[in-house]
Amino acid sequence: MLLQHEVSAAAHPLAGTVVEWLWLLPLLPLLGFVINGLLSLVPATVLGPGDPDMAHGADGAHGEAGHGVAVHAHETADEHGAHGDDHHPVVRHRFAWLASIVGPAVLAIAFGLAVAMFFAMRGAGGGEMHAPFVQRYFSWMPAGTFHLDAAFQLDQLSMLMVLVITGVGTLIHLFSIGYMQDDPGYPRFFAYLNLFVAFMLVLVLGANYPVLFVGWEGVGLCSYLLIGFWFSEKANADAGKKAFIVNRIGDFGLLIAMFLLFANLGTLDFVAVNENVTRLAFGGPLITTICLFMFLGCTGKSAQIPLYIWLPDAMAGPTPVSALIHAATMVTAGVYLIARSSVLFSMAPVAGLTVTVIGALTAIFAATIGLKQWDIKKVLAYSTVSQLGYMFMGVGSGAYVAGVFHLATHAFFKALLFLGSGSVIFAMHAAYHHTGSHEDAQDMRNMGGLAPYMRVTWILMWIATLAIAGVPFFAGFFSKDEILGSLFLRAHDSTLADARWLGIPGSAVLYGAYALGLAAALLTAIYMTRMMIYTFHGPNRTGEKERDHLHEAPWIMTGPLVVLGILSAVGGWLNLPAITSFLGPVGALDRWLEPVVGESALRVTNGVAPEATHSTELALVGGAVAIALLGIIIAAVRLKPARLVPKAQSPEEHGIERVLANKYYVDEAYDRVVVEPTVGLSRGVLWKGIDQGIIDNVLVNGSARLARGFSSLGSWVQSGQIGTYAWVLVIGVLAVLGAFTIR
Amino acid sequence: MNFMTHLDLSFPAQLSLALLPDLLLMGGAMILLLWAAWRPESARHQRSVGAACLGLIVLTTIAIGWFMYRHVTATPGPIAVDRFRWIADLVLLLGTAGTIALSMDYNEREGIFAPESHVLILLATSGMMLLAAARDLMIVFLGIETMSVATYVLAGMNRRSPRSAEAAMKYFLLGAFSTAFLLYGMALVYGATGATNLSVIGDRVMRFGLTTSPLLLTGIALMLVGFGFKVAAAPFHMWAPDVYEGAPTPITGYMAAAVKAAAFAAFLRIWYEAFTPVYASWHNAVWWLAAVTMAVGNIIALRQRDLKRLLAYSSIAHAGYLLVALTVNSPAGSEAFLFYAFVYTIATMGSFAVVVALGDPGERSLNVDDYAGLWTVRPWLAVAMAVFMLALLGFPVFGGAGFFAKWYVIRAALQAPSPHWKLAVILVLTSVISAGYYLYVVMVMFMRPRVASAAIPARSRGLTGFVIAASAVLLIVLGFFPERLVRLTEGSAPYGALTVPATSSAVPLPSLPPARR
Repeated sequence: MLLQHEVSAAAHPLAGTVVEWLWLLPLLPLLGFVINGLLSLVPATVLGPGDPDMAHGADGAHGEAGHGVAVHAHETADEHGAHGDDHHPVVRHRFAWLASIVGPAVLAIAFGLAVAMFFAMRGAGGGEMHAPFVQRYFSWMPAGTFHLDAAFQLDQLSMLMVLVITGVGTLIHLFSIGYMQDDPGYPRFFAYLNLFVAFMLVLVLGANYPVLFVGWEGVGLCSYLLIGFWFSEKANADAGKKAFIVNRIGDFGLLIAMFLLFANLGTLDFVAVNENVTRLAFGGPLITTICLFMFLGCTGKSAQIPLYIWLPDAMAGPTPVSALIHAATMVTAGVYLIARSSVLFSMAPVAGLTVTVIGALTAIFAATIGLKQWDIKKVLAYSTVSQLGYMFMGVGSGAYVAGVFHLATHAFFKALLFLGSGSVIFAMHAAYHHTGSHEDAQDMRNMGGLAPYMRVTWILMWIATLAIAGVPFFAGFFSKDEILGSLFLRAHDSTLADARWLGIPGSAVLYGAYALGLAAALLTAIYMTRMMIYTFHGPNRTGEKERDHLHEAPWIMTGPLVVLGILSAVGGWLNLPAITSFLGPVGALDRWLEPVVGESALRVTNGVAPEATHSTELALVGGAVAIALLGIIIAAVRLKPARLVPKAQSPEEHGIERVLANKYYVDEAYDRVVVEPTVGLSRGVLWKGIDQGIIDNVLVNGSARLARGFSSLGSWVQSGQIGTYAWVLVIGVLAVLGAFTIR
Repeated sequence: MNFMTHLDLSFPAQLSLALLPDLLLMGGAMILLLWAAWRPESARHQRSVGAACLGLIVLTTIAIGWFMYRHVTATPGPIAVDRFRWIADLVLLLGTAGTIALSMDYNEREGIFAPESHVLILLATSGMMLLAAARDLMIVFLGIETMSVATYVLAGMNRRSPRSAEAAMKYFLLGAFSTAFLLYGMALVYGATGATNLSVIGDRVMRFGLTTSPLLLTGIALMLVGFGFKVAAAPFHMWAPDVYEGAPTPITGYMAAAVKAAAFAAFLRIWYEAFTPVYASWHNAVWWLAAVTMAVGNIIALRQRDLKRLLAYSSIAHAGYLLVALTVNSPAGSEAFLFYAFVYTIATMGSFAVVVALGDPGERSLNVDDYAGLWTVRPWLAVAMAVFMLALLGFPVFGGAGFFAKWYVIRAALQAPSPHWKLAVILVLTSVISAGYYLYVVMVMFMRPRVASAAIPARSRGLTGFVIAASAVLLIVLGFFPERLVRLTEGSAPYGALTVPATSSAVPLPSLPPARR
């Protein structure tokens, strides 16, 4: 391995520790990708057992023994697969066993390595270590004055991200073993998943913007591949394309931001940018422009207004993908990017306010859509968009730790919710397959009363629901509360409050964002409770025959759920607020991230850490808790699951309900305003007019015709008559003599 | 100064020494001619004469190598002793060796029993070597005629083929026509300057302020016509396609590669050494000659479906590229010319070797469509032909050194004291046009299915196969290591390219009146 340490790197407190193996972190999943990718090239599928339940019939994980028996009665001639989204015949890959060892194992090893690094970091001073540990591998792009190394860096922020990615990633890989077991593309799935983790680690470990961008684009690629994993259905392939194209718009912004940074600072290394950025004018148009373009990149990757539209469609991918990429890790890359560039954003209050406003609007907007979705994964998708809005409210208002804290807790409970919904869909699908029914396995109108059939999933999903709703002492309570509290405090005194945003005073903007955040919290509690009630409670609407086949998922799927459930319950201990000092040490994450974002956070708050009085804090927390409970109670009282009928018999919706169910018709509006004109222009003018008409017809074929025409003329003169030749020669002589007279 | 490394050309003995390789080739060829005529014609005899000719070429090459190795220099005189000459000689001998090797196989297959044809090739080559060495218009003329007369005969070598006879006749008539222009031009130049020695001409043009003399300029223009004919530059190219098509294929290759390179060597030396002072006057004409030649050659080639005609037009186009190097009129230009001539000779010999290998007895199967699906029946032949086509196109990596050849010409054009960027643009654009026919050949060989009725071509004979393989390998290797050849050509510009010598002791100055100004 080619290691070129900086001089300072050798003197770094982490030098010589396990952190020296930093390069191994992305390399491990990459190795998994190579192995699984090679396996997937082997077209060796074998006919699997007639019924997927045979595999887990023996593992004893069924909720009720009676179901196991009933299930086995049907394992005769049914050749259809059970999970996922369509009726594949059960053909298993011959090397599925190897892929299910390699895929999760590389992740587990990487997680172990990350944990070892974490302890090495704590041993070396943890929160006091102020310089990142930088490892340079080779000169990547030397061009004139521009020097760029392929380099990784590890600091407290990267460490947290690595732990979340590899930790949650390992759990989701394990879950996938069960969920994907009967898919003929099994090794391919793990190959993509491994590749995704590799790129995600490159993203968070990169020591400069271009390396980050490599990861940024790489995860985009993997997202595209995995959304369209079942590409034989056009809808899935289209969803993948949509995600890819929408993200291109954002990437364009990020690229512009990088160009501007390089043009004005002459460097793209994080360390050097942070050192030099103070040369730029505080709040000036340049730094604001850079930050806004960077945020455009974030709205693409992290699904914020106006580029959020791809994320709900991305649910076409397998559910573990939704959990890992479209909830826990990739979509939080934008939050990470702003936290990583906190110095830049702290210099641009207007950009910070923009991020906050967009975050608040996205939070409330997506939450209202979530109220009326029937597809269980769509509810969670809009919930994710909404929660990402919270994170941006945090990092936008300068509360970087709060944003990152919510990122971590959200990774736990949202991964749990998605995997739980996967477990539900798995069960529903299995049931429908046994009877050959073609009902929608993801529609909540077809569920209801599932709790007795799948106890483990039910309990764990309630934990996650309470966490996301903000019920005290679950993870989401602490992180969401910290974001809202920070907004409130910064509205009072900060550089943001002093700035003006489109003519509105900054403090009014922040108070408004706080209010929207509270309203979104109420809606969150309502739509999550609605989802739980419609899924697990009330009468069952699955169907008489199908009901007998509902059962809990195997242990390989419920195991990760349990771990995530524990994390969702206790994740808040990462960063306890002062008011709950009786629970344990206060502000652990604040101290841990202080070297990375502390300076920027202080710049936003005019140099003093904002301190709320005890009574204010109590009032804020009390209000938030009241709103969360209110939301749950409203949903529990107002919703009547008994009145629901299965999807097939459901009436049309009317009025505002219909608008919400159709997501405010934003997709249609984008289609009309952006897509159709673009396609029309491309097809009518660019393709038929310019490409076919001018380029192909006139330039390409025209020049070929012209050349051939001249060619024919020449061939005609070339008659074979020597007299003609002599004449041409004489004409040539005259021409040459003439040329000599021209000067 | 050591007699062996610095020759004083005013002594006849040392002059003869300077001509050693040429004399060796000429003398050897005469003896071989006697031997060839001595015994009755038979395939075996023809083969042994050919082998002896190849041996003589090796001997000559060794002699040249000795001169290069010892860095022999000479006082100015009628004969040049410089690197430009030696490298040009090597290019010519390479082409000659390839031609003789191909002829040996070709004559046998076509049932031609003419051992003297191999020797005639050697005689033509000795004329060419004189051209490369000449620093005097008289010797240039001598070389041109020696070369041409032998080549006229070679074109009509296949006496039983009417096309061959027609080619020889056309070549001879038009050649005589153009030689008249050349000779008349030389006479006018002599009339204007009173000298036939190149450096003396340049010297006097400067000294007596003859740069606007109508006599001199007319002379230069007529010489340009003569050389334009020999190198087949448009509009003096009309003879080339007909002659190339009718002549026996190895001789076509010889004309396309060696004859052209030799004429260019003299062309370039004269223009560099004698006419540099009147650059402003001839620049326009040569510029247009280059541009028109590139355009005409490449555009008409698009229509050709007979491979020999296609390669004929391709060779016209390449004359245009070489004219760019001449237009540049800088040391870089002459270095680029040598590199180009080297690569072009190899690629041309290689492609004609493939034509020989695939031509059935009686010169059939010369249409491009006969090459359809060659890849499926003779894959190595198809690959080699693709290399030659790509080299002629100037394609990087797969075309080997062809890319660098064009690259150096373009570089010379752009880095000249007065950059010829327009000419460089024309060169690139016409090269793009040339892809239309070079790549067509490649496409046909690899992508068209083989016609079911087409017979599988016979295996190439030994020498033909060797020429093909050696050419392809050499091109590819040179494509990866062009520096070797570049270093050889570095600093090889003819004497007069940089400075015109102030005095010349070799030829006494006639007592002309002092300058008119």
